Amino acid sequence: MGRPRQWSSSLKARFSLAAAGAALALAAAPASAGLLDERSDRLLLTGGVSTVEGAGGGGLSPWALIAGYGTRDQVGGGSFFTYVNTPDFNLRSFGGNIGIKNRLELSVARQNFDLEKVGGALGLGNGFTINQTVLGAKVRLFGDAVLEQDSWLPQVAVGVQHKINDEAALVRSLGARSGNGTDFYISATKIFLSQSLLFNTTLRFTKANQFGILGFGGRDDKYRVRPEGSVALLLTRKLAVGAEIRFKTDNLAVAEEDGAYDIFVAYAPAKNVSLTVAYADLGNIVVGAQRSAYASLTVGF
Amino acid sequence: MTVSFMRLPVAIALALLPLAANAQDAAAINAQGRSKTLPVITDDGKLLDQFGGRPGLVKIMDDFMDNLIADPRTRPFFESSDKERIKRQLVDQFCVIMAGPCAYDGRSMQEAHAGMGVNTGQFYALVEALQKSMNKHGVPFRAQNRLVAALAPMHRDVITK
Repeated sequence: MGRPRQWSSSLKARFSLAAAGAALALAAAPASAGLLDERSDRLLLTGGVSTVEGAGGGGLSPWALIAGYGTRDQVGGGSFFTYVNTPDFNLRSFGGNIGIKNRLELSVARQNFDLEKVGGALGLGNGFTINQTVLGAKVRLFGDAVLEQDSWLPQVAVGVQHKINDEAALVRSLGARSGNGTDFYISATKIFLSQSLLFNTTLRFTKANQFGILGFGGRDDKYRVRPEGSVALLLTRKLAVGAEIRFKTDNLAVAEEDGAYDIFVAYAPAKNVSLTVAYADLGNIVVGAQRSAYASLTVGF
Repeated sequence: MTVSFMRLPVAIALALLPLAANAQDAAAINAQGRSKTLPVITDDGKLLDQFGGRPGLVKIMDDFMDNLIADPRTRPFFESSDKERIKRQLVDQFCVIMAGPCAYDGRSMQEAHAGMGVNTGQFYALVEALQKSMNKHGVPFRAQNRLVAALAPMHRDVITK
């Protein structure tokens, strides 16, 4: 566990910052919603929300669901802005995803990881920011998590996330082998509608340290298999609560890396907008445990 | 799915049937007045109670049909249909599925939707229309989902496009 902190007040402050960021993204909503006239007809929240890496899923873990609400005859998707405020850092992630015929999902995310005062302590200057681009693709292999309610077969998808960290020299100096890396994953999602429950399991093959923010590879340059899990309870058509866990690699010698988990509330008042707020514990990131406020807005079409 | 051809008229998608059926499938109704082939999803009357019993279903289906006519995605399938008859049949179907004291005598889903060219989006639009009418009549969301879960597999017979 990290150092003791002033809990309630600091979390409250972090949540209000996160909300402000999400409100900014909301301003872009009307423009984006009018982009395509064709409707996307899948049911509310059945595309998940946008993960911090851009793929459709929860907040931390991609799901087998294809982002947006497009059916097998339609194209769906959206743009998103996510703000995570940790005690020592903050992360902004923005980008978009597109779901084509409920089969293929393409996504892009740009992440800005602000080192705040840790930057100064490392001699990089306060507010030094590590930027990373994540290019993602996901293909639904089989199954339909929503329609196949009389079958135990989940919806299954495979995906790839290619990550390009702008600070390759810096992350190498911290012990990473590379500033670029590619994650591969397989996800299985099942909605037990009669119980109003969603389950997802993802297996990720990765070399990333701290999602790639601290580069790829470390003590060795081997891929590791890391599981991720999500569960969500559907409270209404528009509202879901849930929890996620994501294991990470812990391959850098300079600092221990823990798993991450979150508990979230996702709200979709309409097809073209969803708001997720979460309490996320990202585990130790170099200087201590990063218990965080997380807010994310997706504006879809 | 080897059994799908045997799946008899289940539920929701019957609403997409403009020409309602005769009582040809009456043989499928057993002595208790329940179809052996409908997916009866409970063994007590509590679920149906959450829909207001049979009278509640009648009100929900009235709203449901209004919603279907109001939505341009579903309107073409219903505007020139015998709406009263379809509503009656839906009430019977849902009532049977929830172990109510009812009998259903409609056609199979496959028969009913052959050649109608229903696509996935239209199927989901119908589910939404049903959810909205159930919300309006105060059916708890978890009870709604139990019904929708029983109806969802009908997509195999209904969606043909």
